[in-house]
Amino acid sequence: MSSPVAPVLHSLNQIILGKDAQLRLVLACLLARGHLLIEDVPGMGKTTLALALARVLGLHFQRVQFTSDLLPADIIGVSVYETATGGFRFVPGPIFSQLVLADEVNRASPKTQSALLEAMEERQVTAEGETRALPEPFFVIATQNPSYQLGTFPLPESQLDRFLMRISLGYPPAEAERQLLMERERRDLLGELQPVLTPAQLLGLQDQVRAVRTAPALIDYLLALVQRTRELPGLRQGLSPRAGLALRRAAQAWAFIDGRSGVIPEDVQAVFAAVVGHRLVAAAERDGAATSAAAILAQVAIP
Amino acid sequence: MSAPAAPAGLGDYLPVATLLRLLAVLLLVFAPHAMRLPVWESGFIAALLLWRALAARRQWRMPPKLLRAALVFAALGGVYASFGRVSGQTAGTALLCVMAALKLVELRGRRDVMVMIFLMYFMLITHFLYSQEIWTSLYLLLSCLAITALLIECQHLGQLPPRQTLRRAGAMVAQALPLMLLLFVLFPRIPGPIWGLPADAGAARSGLSDSMAPGDIAALIESDDVAFRVRFDGPAPPPAQRYWRGPVLESFDGRTWSKGWSAPPPLLDGDIRYLGTPVRYELTLEPGRMPWLLALELPQAVDLPPDARLNGNGELLARRPIIERRRYTLLSNPDFAFAPALDARQRQRLTRLPNGYNPRTLALARQWRDQGLADAAIAARALRMIRDENFVYTLRPPPLARDSVDGFLFDTRRGFCEHYSSAFTVLMRAAGIPARVVTGYQGGTLNEPGGYYVITQADAHAWSEVWLDGRWQRIDPTAAIAPSRIERGLGSAIGAGEGLPDYLVRRTAWRDALKARWDWVNARWNGLVLGYGPELQQQFLQRFGIDDLRTMILTLTALLTATMAILGFVLLRRAAPARAHDAAQREWQRLLRQLARRGYRPRADEGPRDFVARVLAARPQWRATLQPAAELYLRNRYLEAPDAARLAALHRAVRGVRLS
Repeated sequence: MSSPVAPVLHSLNQIILGKDAQLRLVLACLLARGHLLIEDVPGMGKTTLALALARVLGLHFQRVQFTSDLLPADIIGVSVYETATGGFRFVPGPIFSQLVLADEVNRASPKTQSALLEAMEERQVTAEGETRALPEPFFVIATQNPSYQLGTFPLPESQLDRFLMRISLGYPPAEAERQLLMERERRDLLGELQPVLTPAQLLGLQDQVRAVRTAPALIDYLLALVQRTRELPGLRQGLSPRAGLALRRAAQAWAFIDGRSGVIPEDVQAVFAAVVGHRLVAAAERDGAATSAAAILAQVAIP
Repeated sequence: MSAPAAPAGLGDYLPVATLLRLLAVLLLVFAPHAMRLPVWESGFIAALLLWRALAARRQWRMPPKLLRAALVFAALGGVYASFGRVSGQTAGTALLCVMAALKLVELRGRRDVMVMIFLMYFMLITHFLYSQEIWTSLYLLLSCLAITALLIECQHLGQLPPRQTLRRAGAMVAQALPLMLLLFVLFPRIPGPIWGLPADAGAARSGLSDSMAPGDIAALIESDDVAFRVRFDGPAPPPAQRYWRGPVLESFDGRTWSKGWSAPPPLLDGDIRYLGTPVRYELTLEPGRMPWLLALELPQAVDLPPDARLNGNGELLARRPIIERRRYTLLSNPDFAFAPALDARQRQRLTRLPNGYNPRTLALARQWRDQGLADAAIAARALRMIRDENFVYTLRPPPLARDSVDGFLFDTRRGFCEHYSSAFTVLMRAAGIPARVVTGYQGGTLNEPGGYYVITQADAHAWSEVWLDGRWQRIDPTAAIAPSRIERGLGSAIGAGEGLPDYLVRRTAWRDALKARWDWVNARWNGLVLGYGPELQQQFLQRFGIDDLRTMILTLTALLTATMAILGFVLLRRAAPARAHDAAQREWQRLLRQLARRGYRPRADEGPRDFVARVLAARPQWRATLQPAAELYLRNRYLEAPDAARLAALHRAVRGVRLS
């Protein structure tokens, strides 16, 4: 089964070494029209990944470094008075790009965070009483330092599920790291990267993802998984219907990347941890292991 | 008794109003037991209920674990101290009640209320051990309704107002009634105490005992409980012949008559000559915890109940004390000659009196004897004395001193039937004539609506049996002093102010009619509901062509099993729909079975693709047939819309799988 996005994956693998599974997830998230949250300590290649993605897909890219004094207007844009015309002109902020990298999103104040998250959800921005649509495709990659670091505002649970997936890249495998150190710097390689898709093609792929079949038997499986999270005593709350929809879309994208016309249970299992991990809150610290995504998968039989 | 580990969470929340309703229902369930339990226990339970109500209102803290445990052991010890045991009917019930009340001490959440509810259903049943009257049944039905309403409330906490829960409970109980009736009629009745009723089962009741002291029978009169009911198979004998024979008392200690040490002799052929026409009747005896089966004097020893025998004293005795209502049919002859052989030893025993008691009575008898009177004349003389001298028939005799018969015959001259029969018998014995006291009942009232006779404790009586002309003759001295007692019953024989019980004083026509009607309802209840045993069930079912109990049990079991199976199947199907309709999955299951035989089973959470990949990694030689089948399965079940041709292809592919 050949993947329709094989060239994209190939190019990305040139830049981010030894992270094929994560790259597939990132691509699945993008194809499912979701947004991505990367949780990692600095220096794991988050920015490089975003740059590579923008380059390979031919997307207009902007990066916002989140700091504690960042204001909503810094993201969305402001109206400035122009003496020449005697009127106000809206200067769009960095959010008006096809791929936005919101770096260290948990350093900004909650007010700024919610401005970003609202824009992500609505795919439009209302500023100065005027609603402006964001470009298509629109994909936000937010990165977050693990919240035990000082001086951060962890994203509230209610807003975490605006992200379709949460992944972490993690350290590269030993062989990949060796290659990394021996060869040229990856950032330099970026410039040589050629776009393999146009934004219009990407939109077409996103539409195809929506058409991937989810059979009744598969819906039964999704329901069983969601239901299980609602029954587990160790969880403070189960998955919402929105989470169920997200799971279906992500599984469709995964199946699409694998070149399948329908979703099979393995697709759901592949994306389950990334889609569900940040939406489940264990009731107590000690329950963490029993309620991890992998544990839930192991508890639910495939119908 | 274990406390929940964590404080009651949101799912276990219990509103105060529900808790108070629980306490109210619990009170309803406890109430009939209150008089039967020891006083300390009733008080303890009441205190616990009150404490729990206050604790709920004022948000008091629950007592610590150690105190709770101490209370439990104290209650256990209390029950043991009161009864000397913790099992059996009374002690077991007492233990159940106090422990159920103690459950309140740790009652926090909905879960505990559920436990309480099932305890209460169980406690309801224990009431039937004590009483099976109509009122009891109605009361328990009402309590059952209340408990069910509480159960419904707990299932919909805070969602249903009490009126709604009551209505639903009513509907549920009403729906259960036909089932109850059906089970009542059809559930196989097995003779004997199948449920293992404890030895002390049955309610304590008043009734005749195996001894008689002055005041005993008068005390019995205070109760208007039914002793037994009789339905005659023809015309009833006149009141003066309706003597119902109970314990025969042959030993006198100066005050009390008792059975004596020697066992009554066996009844020999020819001891009783039955004269006149016999009377056949059906007698329903209320349990009295005594082995005597009351019978009209004198019963014939034919067609007796299997566990009963007629002894040489003319007593009909069951093998064991009667603890359940019994119905039996007898044949009696009011005319009889009771003439067993009386040897010298028996004669001596039957004339024995204690030394040094009642000297004046002894002197009187000796004086009559010295006058040269024959036995019969002495008896007539004694009866004349009672009739003609100023004796009074009263329920309020003055207290008697040590020489009770002397005191009665010469000083007070006021007494009840036990005084007269006792004094008369002592007089006879003092004159050397064998005599004894017979206790039982006399008379009885016709129940007009039911056409049967009711004999209550007010009809309890004692008379004398004297050996005259070579046979036992009944002489009732009460008939000499108060003939109307024998003819028309106690109410007409006792004057005002002589201690007649209230229920006999307040008699009016309509009251009597109402009472008769109610007794008739009770008798029907006893006969049809409580008396519905193996025989009646068989008779009833024979009308529907079911002759054989075994067949009936089998039919019933088969029908019930089939109904349950169908119901269960339908419910299961409803719970898991569409599962079996998946044709592709059926094919896949077939393939899985084939693989399972070779030792490959998918984990529950293992997808079909991963599973096949795992199998092929181990057995690459199966790829040729297994891989296409697996792919076709994925296409049929997940990847593409259902299609008959593709399904057929899958079918063929699965058939074609070769695992070798």
